[in-house]
Amino acid sequence: MSIRRILIANRGEIAIRIIRTCRELGIETVLAASDADRDSLPARLADRTICIGPARPADSYLKVETIVQAALGARVDAIHPGYGFLSERPELARLCARHGVAFIGPTAAQIEAVADKLQARSAAQAAGIPVVPGAAVDSIDSAVSVARRIGSPLLVKAVGGGGGRGMKRVEGLAELPHAMALAASEAGAAFGDARVYLERFVTGGRHIEVQVLGDGAGRVIHLGERDCSVQRRYQKLVEEAPAPGLSEPLRQRLQESAVRFAERLSYRGAGTVEFLLDEQNAFYFLEMNARIQVEHPVTEAVTGVDLVAEQIAIAGGAGLRLGQSDIHRRGCAIECRVNAEDPSRDFCPSPGLVTDVSWPTGPGIRVDTHIAAGSHVSPYYDSLMAKVIAHGPDRPTALQRMQEAIAATRVTGVTTNLPFHALVLGEPRFRAGAVDTEFVTQLLGVSAVRVESATRG
Amino acid sequence: MTLTARDIAEITRLLEDSSFDELQLEIDGLKLHLKRGAPSPARPEQHSAVAAVPASVVPAGLAGVQADEPVADAGDLQDVDAPMLGTFYRAPKPGEPPFVEVGSRVEPETIVGIIEVMKLMNTVRAGVRGTVAEIPGRDGALVEYGETLLRVRRTTEP
Repeated sequence: MSIRRILIANRGEIAIRIIRTCRELGIETVLAASDADRDSLPARLADRTICIGPARPADSYLKVETIVQAALGARVDAIHPGYGFLSERPELARLCARHGVAFIGPTAAQIEAVADKLQARSAAQAAGIPVVPGAAVDSIDSAVSVARRIGSPLLVKAVGGGGGRGMKRVEGLAELPHAMALAASEAGAAFGDARVYLERFVTGGRHIEVQVLGDGAGRVIHLGERDCSVQRRYQKLVEEAPAPGLSEPLRQRLQESAVRFAERLSYRGAGTVEFLLDEQNAFYFLEMNARIQVEHPVTEAVTGVDLVAEQIAIAGGAGLRLGQSDIHRRGCAIECRVNAEDPSRDFCPSPGLVTDVSWPTGPGIRVDTHIAAGSHVSPYYDSLMAKVIAHGPDRPTALQRMQEAIAATRVTGVTTNLPFHALVLGEPRFRAGAVDTEFVTQLLGVSAVRVESATRG
Repeated sequence: MTLTARDIAEITRLLEDSSFDELQLEIDGLKLHLKRGAPSPARPEQHSAVAAVPASVVPAGLAGVQADEPVADAGDLQDVDAPMLGTFYRAPKPGEPPFVEVGSRVEPETIVGIIEVMKLMNTVRAGVRGTVAEIPGRDGALVEYGETLLRVRRTTEP
């Protein structure tokens, strides 16, 4: 099937990212926008905008039937779900299939297979990929016996969760019952699935993930890995490709593991296999994300591959247009997520009117954003304003370009986390490379909160 | 004491049900003057208009306490907007007469169309009393959230 018109079921910078590739490909875009986004930059750039409902995501961006109805009404060939919202909802993939609309993403069955974290763990083990010691628990008693076996500190995780949501860190057995009850009730409310499991908390771990593309018929290639260890409460803030300081054999083992995992699923489209790398350079499968990710531009920068274009080609039935030998990586790319958050007030969201803005330009600089002077940062949606990506022939050059880009960025009207990025980029540990996921906590001088709740996906 | 918007709505209802045409109330320096039949500005929703009256002002005329005669000026046309995105149907079934035509009298509860969202039929009610003046919504077309389906010339006549 040839895809000539796409409905974009998303907002913000990713909507513009998708529009940009569609324009290059001569594909018409129809934006499904909430009432609050009628006058947004994506709405102005799309060929057509359809208002799908009120500002509240539950009344607009999260309504599966409304999105498919909009797709049918606008006679599109395909739906691109972006990330977040409905991107990993099997119901949308299934309803699309039933109505002859191509879903730009994996099949409903593949989404389900990776959404259940216990099922994904088993699939990884079956593919010969190590997982963090842990097990499913259905009672406090079973949790205590599992905890005794694997040792503390521990993580209580939601089976239906992911991306850090519904996760609790536990330092000792005494805290376990409380953390489990809290995690189960939060998971039940957030994912409609109160099941939890335990994993050993890997201290000093790095978050490394591998970008893959699959044709849906068993062929999978990888586009290298990214390091996303600069996180705060499981929210990624700075990402880079390639991961610094990995030995070549280790890098290859990570990449091969990701490909093997996706091959077993006959994975279709773009996806990311996440790993935890410990201080001894042992790695463990964490989860697979069945969508395009926020941080995909760093991979695009080093490979020169337009991942959204490949997603569309696969959804249109063209299969994989690239072989593994076509993928070459050049230099290093870093991404900083510019959020409307106040670092001096515990990264509290700071929505409002952006009165003026100046995004950086220069060699190797890319900015993915939906924010211009006069834009609103809505309290209804996440606080991501822009992704600044710096690419260079080597890591020091990319770092240098990023520092200059961040210093040149001006935003007035809302408070941003730009000072935080300046701090990270100047920090000797980060400049040396290979920081772990505790880095931000240590940098901010805050001791780890013992039972910490992740609030956002 | 102060009057809340809810208090004013309650007082308005009492006046509506009474045989009086005018009410003046003074509490602690606050003056409330309600008059039946005073001209009112066009308001999208009668009840929300009442609720939106701040307690400290003296309304010239409250929506909801209006003239008994139909108001003829074009300013009292009220849009009936699509409460959701979907396919708009003017008739209960294909081939059947439409729920309403231009000139039809409608009550707030009158069904004026159907919006289909993936085989789920949602009835749309007028939400206003009056006469259908225009029907911009096209039968069988995709309507967006908030798109105007019809316009009704308001009356308060029972």
